[in-house]
Amino acid sequence: MAPAIRFRSAVVLLGRFPALAGVDFDVEAGEAVLVQGPNGAGKTTLLRACAGLAPVVAGEALVLGHDVRRDRRAVRRRVAHLGHATRLYDDLTVAENVRFAVRAARGGADRVAAALEGLGLDGRLRDISVGRLSAGQRRRTALAICMALDPELWLLDEPHAGLDAQGRDLLDAAVRAALGRGATVLLASHEAERARALATRVVTMAGGQVHEHPDRRAPAAPRGEPAHVA
Amino acid sequence: MWRDALLVAGKDLRIERRSRVTTNQVAPFAVVVLVLFAFALDPDRGVLTRAAAGLFWVAVLFCAVLAVQRSFTVEAADGARDGLRLSGIDPAGVFLGKAGAVAVQLVALEALLTAGVVLLYGADLKGGAVLLATCVTATVGLAAAGTVYGVLSAGLRVRETLLPLLLLPVAAPVLLSATRAWEVALGTGGGGDGAAPWLRLLVVFAVVYVAFGVVAFGALLEEA
Repeated sequence: MAPAIRFRSAVVLLGRFPALAGVDFDVEAGEAVLVQGPNGAGKTTLLRACAGLAPVVAGEALVLGHDVRRDRRAVRRRVAHLGHATRLYDDLTVAENVRFAVRAARGGADRVAAALEGLGLDGRLRDISVGRLSAGQRRRTALAICMALDPELWLLDEPHAGLDAQGRDLLDAAVRAALGRGATVLLASHEAERARALATRVVTMAGGQVHEHPDRRAPAAPRGEPAHVA
Repeated sequence: MWRDALLVAGKDLRIERRSRVTTNQVAPFAVVVLVLFAFALDPDRGVLTRAAAGLFWVAVLFCAVLAVQRSFTVEAADGARDGLRLSGIDPAGVFLGKAGAVAVQLVALEALLTAGVVLLYGADLKGGAVLLATCVTATVGLAAAGTVYGVLSAGLRVRETLLPLLLLPVAAPVLLSATRAWEVALGTGGGGDGAAPWLRLLVVFAVVYVAFGVVAFGALLEEA
């Protein structure tokens, strides 16, 4: 099976600064890979490059079979990217935000209700403008959009940040459910304990490069029993 | 593309309906502009009547800058522009949707401003078909050009000041043509070949910017 993500000597520049400085990195379909590393290591840029948001200017970058160096747009309908910003419209309600994203992705209306229910947003919060929500509720709404899109590849950047305990549990459940459906997950997190529990593999980033040790790479562990590398 | 355009236009208009920026800020601004012109030229009402067409379209141009500014401010908040790019919506659909929403707001503002020039400047609305055709073509051109330059300046920190600097000179042909066409219709100037040449220029401007936006908006959105 072709890898979900295959980067070879991939370079992404932020201005003149190489945020990704020749990344070699593979993620197999169905894997959940945790990317760890200090601030500024390039984790966010790696996830943005996988989503086609950050342009890869050199090397090879294939995501779900799409060459994102040539065409950054092609892959976008097949991925969900939860970044630091929630990307919501303050003047639309929770349901309207999710519905807009689902319609844009040509998804069915039933997905909206299921995602809202899955994240506990189907009650009074459903019809509240996002601008009036707390940071954690906004984060849940953004996560509801990821769920509703039901993508092949989940790109989660600090997904637990800003969520309360219940929200974190719901997030973990959503990610495990996605993995169970065969989705691939790439997540960057400083919350090692929670994120490791989700991951089947761990890699480290530093200085814009991914460091992993193929000889120590363990086969994918059963769900809930992750294997750790690096 | 059209389905995406309707989706984006619907979203933008819904946001405007909720936030009421157009009704509570842009519309009063448009009226204030007309009133200030009236104050400045008040001693001679004949000047106001003769200048009504030009003053109307200057006010429309200012409103267009505000409407476009607002359209992209919505996308700048909380990384929404990244969300729009990730959504997979056809960029041409995003362009047509955003331009369409701006055009709808401009039409409403033009209706308000038309009432303003009648009441404040004593303009006599003759030649309704020409007035209407001018409004439609000029609005499409302004909305399309505004959306192109709006996305160009969207990702920049200086976008608030850059957009008028980019858009106002580019929109000069619209201001000129629409003013001349309205002058012909209102009987306050022009004459010559009538309104047809000016309407043709407005149509060309609109077609050029709509076509350019449909083709180039994707690349501009990626770079924003």
